[in-house]
Amino acid sequence: MRFLGYTLGDPTTPIPPPSPDMFARMDELVAEATKAGVLVATGGVGPFEEATKVRYSDGEFTVIDGPYTEAKELVGGWALMEVRDKAEAIEWTKRYLAAAGGGESTLREVF
Amino acid sequence: MIVDVPQRPPLRDVHDHAVVEARTAVEAVIRLESARLIAGLARFADGDIGLAEELAQDAVVAALEQWPQDGVPRNPGAWLMTVAKRRAIDQFRRGRDLERKYAEIGRALAAAGDDGTAEFDWVTADDIDDDLLRLIFTACHPMLSVPARTALTLRLLGGLTTAEIARGYLVPEATIAQRIVRAKKTLAAARVPFETPDGLQRAERLGSVLEVIYLIYNEGYAATAGADWMRPDLCYEALRLARVLAGMLPGEAEVHGLAALLEIQSSRLAARVGPAGEPVLLLDQDRSRWDRLLIHRGLAALARAEDLCSGAVPGPYTLQAAIAACHARAVVAADTDWEQITSLYSVLAEVAPSPVVELNRAVAMSMAFGPQAGLDLVDQLAAEPALRNYHLLPSVRGDLLARLGREAEARAEFQHASEMTLNAAERELTARRARTGR
Repeated sequence: MRFLGYTLGDPTTPIPPPSPDMFARMDELVAEATKAGVLVATGGVGPFEEATKVRYSDGEFTVIDGPYTEAKELVGGWALMEVRDKAEAIEWTKRYLAAAGGGESTLREVF
Repeated sequence: MIVDVPQRPPLRDVHDHAVVEARTAVEAVIRLESARLIAGLARFADGDIGLAEELAQDAVVAALEQWPQDGVPRNPGAWLMTVAKRRAIDQFRRGRDLERKYAEIGRALAAAGDDGTAEFDWVTADDIDDDLLRLIFTACHPMLSVPARTALTLRLLGGLTTAEIARGYLVPEATIAQRIVRAKKTLAAARVPFETPDGLQRAERLGSVLEVIYLIYNEGYAATAGADWMRPDLCYEALRLARVLAGMLPGEAEVHGLAALLEIQSSRLAARVGPAGEPVLLLDQDRSRWDRLLIHRGLAALARAEDLCSGAVPGPYTLQAAIAACHARAVVAADTDWEQITSLYSVLAEVAPSPVVELNRAVAMSMAFGPQAGLDLVDQLAAEPALRNYHLLPSVRGDLLARLGREAEARAEFQHASEMTLNAAERELTARRARTGR
């Protein structure tokens, strides 16, 4: 099973800058998850205010640039995990959040 | 005033959602930690993996009792290891003859000044990798039969239960349990050292490890018996093991070759089964359903394998991965570089000669140079005793005859093939081709 994990945050609450300690913990976790064959792809996402929405309705395209007002947005990064069941994906997400020191991640199965 | 209300009520109601959830979480953690736990303990158990597994089991029982109530500890792997080691040391201190083998571990730990109370922060990721590697080399020891090696590997490295392994291989659970028990006894009796072999032994032992992973994958990919054409759980488990091994042995070309092969084969898992569970042959697959991420990972692993070969003739897994990559690179079937595939099969036939490789070479030749070229080679192979019971020979021959317009002969070959295969879905496919002659 494959799950996409991503972090949602409130853009009005600034995230404290990551410490060198956190970077070290995260590097260790990423290495471990990659070696375990679980982490198959990972990456970051640009800031939401720089996002662009492209819409098509009634035969017309509309291109809308940010900023938008949404309560929770995708911030930081995402990870694609290959696991045997959802419980394993949850466990790896807990390890990620523990290394990050806090936050909220959303898990979605992808096909 | 009520005074003796327990802070945490005992968990009795297994239907309670929270309890089930806690238990599921605990089981997932244990599955993730199981191989490393057994590997770490096996080092102290002087390579007795049966004993290491017993100690691990004791720790798991303790975890299943405590974690759902107290929560999963911050470092679950270290917790399990500590509990298992303490158990061994207790037995040693009590000096119980009955538990003599536990005592041996306890003595070894005590001699090393390890009282099982440390947080084990000193255990680095490299130490764990080394133990895991020793465990996989031991489980795949050539002195064991191939079915014993695969069962032991799935049990110890995959953390699968005997019931799960039995389901994968469609054999009774007792058969698998027996196989594992006997394999552990054989290893213990031979006092197989818990080590990563080097020198002359290394190539042979690594070959055995790769073979086990490859066979687990193949059992899932082309289920040899039963109603399903594929048992994808076995495929994913083998793919995961190949990835783990590539992480531990980054300098071995063939390890990356095997990982590349399995990544690319796995990219087609969804496309090679039709809506009714029937097999869909490679050239008929909807390639938009191929998993691009796995193809990408497979091509990257292949590039690493080829780099590591640095000009030498690649090994059989790297060659097979290179062949799989030719298909993966073709966005539509008509784009397939069959001449390249033919020449790769020619190299493979030299590196790892086998009638099955020859049969595949015949198919590739028929695609590159026409069906007659393929048929000529297949007819030479028909005399091969090793292929007498191989259902794909009449299947391929039928296919080539059909393409040459020799319909009646094609039907007879498909009929023959459908009588030979043990797999229900495959039998249905060849029986249909026997009726239509196509």
